[in-house]
Amino acid sequence: MSMGMFFALLGAALSTALAGWGSAWGTGMGGQAAAGVIAEDPDQFAKVLILQLLPGTQGIYGLLVTFITLTRIGILGGTPVTDTKTGLLYFAACLPIAIVGLISAYHQGRTSVASIGIVAKKPDQFGKAMLLPAMVETYAILALLISILAVVNI
Amino acid sequence: MSIVQMQKVTISALREDRKAILEKLQAMGVMEVHPIETDEDFTVMDTTAARQSFDRNVSLIENALDILEQYAPEKKSMFSSLNGKEAISGADVAKIAKKRDLAVDIAARIVRNEKNIAERKAKIARYRSDMEALEPYKNLGLPLWFQGTDTTRMFVGTMPQGTSMEELYTLIQQHADTDETIDVEAEKLSEDVNAVYLAVLCRKEDAQKVEEALRSGGFAYPSVRTSRTPQGKIDQRIEKIGKEQEEIDKLTKSIEGDADHRELLRQASDYFRMRSAKYAVLGNLQQTDSVFFLNGYVPKEAVPAVEKTIGENYRCVIDVSDLAPDEAGPTLLRNNRVSETVEGVLKSYGLPTRGHVDPTTIMSVFYIIFFGMMLSDAGYGLVMAAGCAIVLLKFKNMDAGMKKTLRMFFWCGLSTMFWGFMYGGFFGDAIDVVAKTFFGYTGDPILKPLWFAPLEEPMRLLLWCMLFGVIHLFTGLGIKGYEYLKKGDVLGWVCDILSWYLFLGGLIFMLIPSDIFASIAGRTFSFPPAVSLIAKIAAIAGAATIVLMSGRGRKNIGLRIALGAYDLYGISSWLSDVLSYSRLLALGLATGVIASVINMMASMAGGGVVGAILFILVFVLGHTLNIGINALGAYVHTNRLQFVEFFGKFYEAGGSEFSPFKTDNKYVEVKEEL
Repeated sequence: MSMGMFFALLGAALSTALAGWGSAWGTGMGGQAAAGVIAEDPDQFAKVLILQLLPGTQGIYGLLVTFITLTRIGILGGTPVTDTKTGLLYFAACLPIAIVGLISAYHQGRTSVASIGIVAKKPDQFGKAMLLPAMVETYAILALLISILAVVNI
Repeated sequence: MSIVQMQKVTISALREDRKAILEKLQAMGVMEVHPIETDEDFTVMDTTAARQSFDRNVSLIENALDILEQYAPEKKSMFSSLNGKEAISGADVAKIAKKRDLAVDIAARIVRNEKNIAERKAKIARYRSDMEALEPYKNLGLPLWFQGTDTTRMFVGTMPQGTSMEELYTLIQQHADTDETIDVEAEKLSEDVNAVYLAVLCRKEDAQKVEEALRSGGFAYPSVRTSRTPQGKIDQRIEKIGKEQEEIDKLTKSIEGDADHRELLRQASDYFRMRSAKYAVLGNLQQTDSVFFLNGYVPKEAVPAVEKTIGENYRCVIDVSDLAPDEAGPTLLRNNRVSETVEGVLKSYGLPTRGHVDPTTIMSVFYIIFFGMMLSDAGYGLVMAAGCAIVLLKFKNMDAGMKKTLRMFFWCGLSTMFWGFMYGGFFGDAIDVVAKTFFGYTGDPILKPLWFAPLEEPMRLLLWCMLFGVIHLFTGLGIKGYEYLKKGDVLGWVCDILSWYLFLGGLIFMLIPSDIFASIAGRTFSFPPAVSLIAKIAAIAGAATIVLMSGRGRKNIGLRIALGAYDLYGISSWLSDVLSYSRLLALGLATGVIASVINMMASMAGGGVVGAILFILVFVLGHTLNIGINALGAYVHTNRLQFVEFFGKFYEAGGSEFSPFKTDNKYVEVKEEL
């Protein structure tokens, strides 16, 4: 196994690991806030559940990039990476979703917690409450896009 | 398609018809009542006391229903919340009205019984804690507070944990006078982690000294006061608990017996709600000794019905007028069968105000298309559309808002199916995986995309997504332009709308033949020189108009140019808005790729019976999860594209919803024959 393969795999692993870390962090915070609201008003379950799940998507984006990478570096298909340079290229391509996934999921989680507060006080303002965390996600989507485009075009 | 036109209606009628007219209006549910300014010739009836009494009854009955639910839970299916309200007729209402006192009595009885149970439970808890406190003294054969005989004195109580008998004796002797010893007999009754329980016997003349000695060592008397022996007291407590428990059982049976009246209670609860709503309106009426005035908004198309029903049956004057130009009035939306389903989405952002465009119809088209592009799997779309259709067909009485939402997801499901076939996804690559794993198929992919597979040509789809974005945004700008023209503000239309169309359109046509675009798109476009020239001219003309004219309200020419230049900088927001539509690609890819991962994991056990069982298990579980999370993503981000990008171009919310005076019931719906 070459160094190139190692770097490519490291990138693939990091995009699931870091983005998943962020999502676990974000949904964890959201879940704690949601549990508090449900304790007071169980009818809000569906709404706060949606808000809790919002920071969960980064983990899926990370998984997505990992999977596409794995299908190209000879682990789940594609041609094995033999030179270090190509491996480093894959590694670099994975970085956007790994880093932005982690950080944006954390901040989206914090925004979700605040939005759950809105739902607790004004359940009819759910549409607006949902929009605020969705704004944070934009950057995860942009990072995902760049990672996919980069991996696919190497 | 539009905001329903409202008219102002004032009804002046005889006071004797007041009740009948109000009941008719409540049944029709087409009028939003607004109080008129007070005039000293008129009086307003104070109905707060009556309303409070109705509201109290409602909360009493609701309280009783909650208690019933706790003691005799009703069997409900998971989907019972979809059942909606039971329909009853006007005659039923009269029947309920007769039984209202009975219902209140039953509710009061239930609440009283429950309170009684709670009190008795508290007593039992107290008895139990007494028993616990007495338990360590159980070995004492004497009454707990036995003071001693004629010549002796006895102390029963606790010493700190760990006190030994020797320490106790030493302690007592320390308190004796120098040349004598105190005769004491101490017995340890029991010991636990908190204390040593003991009985100390001494001569009566030594009692004071012994007590002092004990106190200095931390002695405390028992917490329970009784003249009985500890065992006797415990037995008495057990007996009392038994009695209380018997009472509780009786009361519980009584509450459970009242569960049969649940239906009556619900109807009565709604009856009082109805009365309360009527009295709220009654409190707003201006009246004299013989006439009253009722004022409010009615949708224009409902005005003839009001004139007919009220005007022809009662002696009254109905005055109808259009709204003043600056009067906002309530907002009621009217759209076609498909578009009205997204009204809920619009409502969650905010309703339009009078005189503005209702964007529902245009939004619904984009909404359904974008949702489909994001979820983009034919299998998932099928599951969604079929699921919504089954629920809609099975539960006819469903709440109207819920019905609209489900219908919206039905259409979104169909759109998802369409895009799924376009991209070639049916539960990901399920068909090919099954064919390969179980039937040894090795040929070309069976389900080919009708358009192209996004993962193979992501750049191509990215450009398409941005094109959809530009169309969406330009439509939004167009609606704003339409509003300018409707107001007759042609100058504003040229300066704020047309200028942007020219500027952006020109820029796009200049960008398409460039090298950057060619490298992204993977092919080159070339226009005839005339087109390029027109594009350049349009862009420059547009930019110039924006710089010179968008600050046209200002007199200071320098400030005006500065404002215009700042507005031109708005091009950056257009750029970020268009880029935002890349989520159509990203979320579409996410669904497809995750679905393939699930299929791959499912097929890992290979063919055969075991493989098939494992496949089905992983397949069902995995795809259920994927549908859930991706439908949520598609929903959230479709909303975002509408709210932020699309509405940002033209929409101003701020309308208040039309809330007519009607029966606002929780359990039953009155179907009045009009």
